[in-house]
Amino acid sequence: MLWYTGKRILQMIPVFFGATFLIYFMVFSLPGDPIAALYGDRPPAPGVIEVIRAEYNLDKPFIVQYFLYIIGLFQGDFGTTYSGRPVSDVMAQAFPITARLAILALLFEAVAGILIGLIAGLRKGKLFDASALVVSLLLISVPTFVVGFVLQLVFGVQLGWARTTVSGDAPWGELVLPAIVLASVSFAYIVRLTRASVSDNLSADFVRTATAKGLSRNRVVRVHVLRNSLVPVVTFLGVDLGALMVGAIVTEGIFNINGVGGTVYRAVTLGEGPTVVSFIAVMVIIFVIANLLVDLLYAALDPRIRYAK
Amino acid sequence: MKKSRMGLSVLALLSASALALTGCAPGEPAAEDESTGDASAIITTNGSEPQHSLIPTNTTESGGGKITTSIFAGLVSYTAEGEIENEVAESIESEDAKTWTVTLKDGWTFTNDEPVTSDSFIDAWNYGALYDNAQSASYFFDNIVGFSDVQNTKDDPSGAVDEEGNPVQVGDPLAETMSGLQVVDDTTFTVELSSPEADWPLRLGYTAYSPLPKAAFEDMEAFGENPIGNGPYMLDGEGAWVHEEKINLVTNPDYDGVRKPANGGLEIIFYATQDAAYADIEGGNLDVLDAVPDSALETFEDQFGDRAVNQPAAIFQAFNMPYYLPHWSGEEGKLRRAALSQAINREEITDVIFQGTRTPATDFTSPVIDGWTDKLEGAEVLDYNPEEAKKLWAEADAIAPYNETFSIAYNADGGHQAWVDAVTNSIANTLGITAEGKSYPTFAASLEDRANDKLTGGVRAGWQADYPSMYNFLAPLYQTGAGSNYEDYSSEEFDNLLKEGSQAASVEDATAKYQEAQEVLLKDLPSIPLWYSNVTGVSADTVDNVVFGWDSVPLYHQITKG
Amino acid sequence: MPSKKYTPQGHYVAPLEDTPIAPIDKLDESQKARSTWADAWDAMRRRPAFWISSVLIVLIVIIALFPGLFTQVPPNSNCLLANSNGGPQPGHPFGFTRQGCDVYSRLIHGTQASVTVGLMATIMVTVIGVVIGALAGFYGGILDSAVSRVGDIFFAIPTVLGAIVLMSVLPERTPVTVAVVLGIFAWPQIARIMRGAVLSARNSDYVTASVALGVERSKILLRHVVPNSIAPVIVIATVSLGTFIVAEATLSFLGIGLPPSVMSWGNDIGQARTSIRTSPQVLLYPAAALSITVLSFLMLGDVVRDALDPKARARR
Repeated sequence: MLWYTGKRILQMIPVFFGATFLIYFMVFSLPGDPIAALYGDRPPAPGVIEVIRAEYNLDKPFIVQYFLYIIGLFQGDFGTTYSGRPVSDVMAQAFPITARLAILALLFEAVAGILIGLIAGLRKGKLFDASALVVSLLLISVPTFVVGFVLQLVFGVQLGWARTTVSGDAPWGELVLPAIVLASVSFAYIVRLTRASVSDNLSADFVRTATAKGLSRNRVVRVHVLRNSLVPVVTFLGVDLGALMVGAIVTEGIFNINGVGGTVYRAVTLGEGPTVVSFIAVMVIIFVIANLLVDLLYAALDPRIRYAK
Repeated sequence: MKKSRMGLSVLALLSASALALTGCAPGEPAAEDESTGDASAIITTNGSEPQHSLIPTNTTESGGGKITTSIFAGLVSYTAEGEIENEVAESIESEDAKTWTVTLKDGWTFTNDEPVTSDSFIDAWNYGALYDNAQSASYFFDNIVGFSDVQNTKDDPSGAVDEEGNPVQVGDPLAETMSGLQVVDDTTFTVELSSPEADWPLRLGYTAYSPLPKAAFEDMEAFGENPIGNGPYMLDGEGAWVHEEKINLVTNPDYDGVRKPANGGLEIIFYATQDAAYADIEGGNLDVLDAVPDSALETFEDQFGDRAVNQPAAIFQAFNMPYYLPHWSGEEGKLRRAALSQAINREEITDVIFQGTRTPATDFTSPVIDGWTDKLEGAEVLDYNPEEAKKLWAEADAIAPYNETFSIAYNADGGHQAWVDAVTNSIANTLGITAEGKSYPTFAASLEDRANDKLTGGVRAGWQADYPSMYNFLAPLYQTGAGSNYEDYSSEEFDNLLKEGSQAASVEDATAKYQEAQEVLLKDLPSIPLWYSNVTGVSADTVDNVVFGWDSVPLYHQITKG
Repeated sequence: MPSKKYTPQGHYVAPLEDTPIAPIDKLDESQKARSTWADAWDAMRRRPAFWISSVLIVLIVIIALFPGLFTQVPPNSNCLLANSNGGPQPGHPFGFTRQGCDVYSRLIHGTQASVTVGLMATIMVTVIGVVIGALAGFYGGILDSAVSRVGDIFFAIPTVLGAIVLMSVLPERTPVTVAVVLGIFAWPQIARIMRGAVLSARNSDYVTASVALGVERSKILLRHVVPNSIAPVIVIATVSLGTFIVAEATLSFLGIGLPPSVMSWGNDIGQARTSIRTSPQVLLYPAAALSITVLSFLMLGDVVRDALDPKARARR
């Protein structure tokens, strides 16, 4: 197990270089001159753009830009944004907020999704199952901006139970509502996935054996059905982490959360290479770790899965 | 200019605003309330993260401009109507509109107790103009004698030329300072312009002309993080600016100008989207909001009653047809432009799509600018007239048949799709051609095609004035070779009138010339005017005396709370 | 009492006449072996849900292919602002959009783009994901590491970034290109799910048994492991179909999806953004069309999943 973990952590190195190179290249290929665009419809005096392009190394060939960035990285310099802020500052600000938001969202979709999916799976074809289906369909078909807007209006403006937007330091409590909005689509996935797995496993041999042994239904469900149904669900949660962090653009916009999604999106539209690459590099590392945790969880959930040397 | 690319975020659908020209003159308080309020109350309002550190000569977008205007006081400041009032200036005088003598009032200091002197202005302006400093507002000084000496002046030895065939400029500037700026004494200095400009003082309320203390020049970047100013407000200590979150300003006790605050300070909260800011004012977390999102345009006036503002602003919107496209130059192009203009039902679009938060254009400036008129000769080309449009289009078809799909390009990150769709639908319905919007993913992408003459159809164009003058709406956009004249319009007649206007002895004479120049534009239609944006804003019932200035920013110093 | 017979090994073997072969144990060797797929078909066609969803899907496909059969109003014509957000009128059963276009006509004509995006992206993601995930999970080792890490990189690339870059390289923006862009960044999800399911299945008794019987590894993977691991993939794929159609809306809204002149449900859902305060009904019709489509595929997916799963079949 230790060997397996170590191997996986070593794999981060090529992944890191591959990802940064690829993403730097993609930002480099974005259409248009990012510096010229900073000035809107009115270009500055001649020469201003050239001076600033040189300042950000944008006048150099791609490969030189990339190596300058990597060299900076090894000296602890993540580059600067076009507004002159060190990217490391921006990351230190955005990641903790996004981490809190993603954890809450993940918790919500895991707990509520698995619970509802489990009940729906156990009562397949009954009223509860049908209601869960309708709710899932709604969440899939109604876009996040509507769900967010409605919840903000109802809980923030009309009932006053939550703050309409999240204040600067983004405390846990204020992030609950945005987390639910953020998790809504994934919640639908988890419900469907859990329901399918549970109904599948209900007819599995080990469940029949367990029931035959005289175990209570409660215990059969908890120990045998649920645990064995969790492999796909846990996999989904692992890959969903990234969507919750980078893909939270709309939710962050609605609740004015200064997180990773919005920052990366703005940096992409601005063509701000160092910001995009630094953020995504961290995201890649988070992915590799999350997927490693998921793989380790497999072994705990399903005794059939073992990692050989 | 204040950047008019309008919003980087998906959701920041810039809702410029609408103007019902009904009674509510700019600057008239929405609610007549004489309460003086709590002099220590902090007003919370919306803003956006400044694009750069807070150096006045490097602040040309609205997020930072809102802050620099509050913490600096220049020679003059603008009233709500866009007139100038002396701040640090005692007088700004000239005999010939070319050499100006500026005298300063005594007793002005920066918040670090350094006195505001002639040098504070001249050093700041020289800093702003110098090539090496790459300040975004450097073009504000380009009419001062000696500006070209502080730019790069040598041709590239390799003989490289830019896109227009002019030699690329390299090497160090010839001078560090502009010879047109001369100190007479601590409170007097002279400014020599390269050509006469009767309304030059009108520019000086713009934040780029602010003075800077000596401390600034030691480390400008560090200064920009914690600027020391002389304005009505100052930063609330070190770290008052929390990036991407907010900035806290408190009143400057030493300030004694015309903008004496009636409140205790400002908390400017940065929003990535206007919808979030609007939700906050609905939810009671915000006192003043200066931009209503598209989604609330239909409801905000009913919801906020007399706490809603919907009044003209200095924003002009149009679309341009490039001259380099077939069908769009010469006589054929002229006919087609006139046909397009009369095929658009501006009245209906501003009404339905913008819910009356835009006003159909009758010229190329804005109703808040002195000299604006709806009586220009040839202005009927801006009226909806389907018969005439069809007739002109047919005449153009007789020259060369048009079998293409007409399109208007826009950047998708600016919230333009709704009106572009409406305009192209209006054109399609009237002229019986196919017309559609063409979206670019980012502003940078659209700018690239525009700057390199690679457009395949029309392109949206917008302009927000930097200072309240007709000249600022005309010269940068339509003068031959001007920086923002992307579609390369060139008319000798227009250029001459513009020149005559800028050199006219009086502002009245200048206005007449500028109006005449616009009549040339109405004939040529290098840009097809659509409408003027209004400023739309709302305030919570916690505050009073919320008045919006000509530049769409509330006059924060007047607001009372409690 | 019959005498006991002993084999040379010393075991007792009951004589045949004592234990005649019961009919139930008899193998009818003349009958053709039934494939998994034939069994599945038998199971499916007995379920009403199968027929309901099939009819709906066929209908949706017909609408997508021949929109002219269902509406006489040509797309994007006569959008009059005078009708903006207007209610139903004769000939315009669902009323009008903010731009004054006929909602029903847009819905019918938008089916093609939306269904193309949804189906193509789903098929692409499922095929790539299943193949890669199955290989990675079943064979493990370096293949698994390489494929999984490439997936990590793809997953980390923000779709917006990838879409802007790809869309500006592609000469034209069509439903197919949008589907490709969406698919490129979504396949690692299915691959991960498939890999996880295969990891569980590859150590099952039936696999061990097959190995013992000397069945080829590739045959085991195809015949036993994949059918037993596909259930979660079907669930994810059917849900994804809907989210892809909505994602197209987001891309179009960002100016990197379909051009505004191409009608799609997603485009209309995105347009509804500014109208939700005052005219929420403009969201209703495209969202309802999307819901019905997703529901049809969810139902079908459910039936197929049950049919492919021998355990679920046995219960019935």
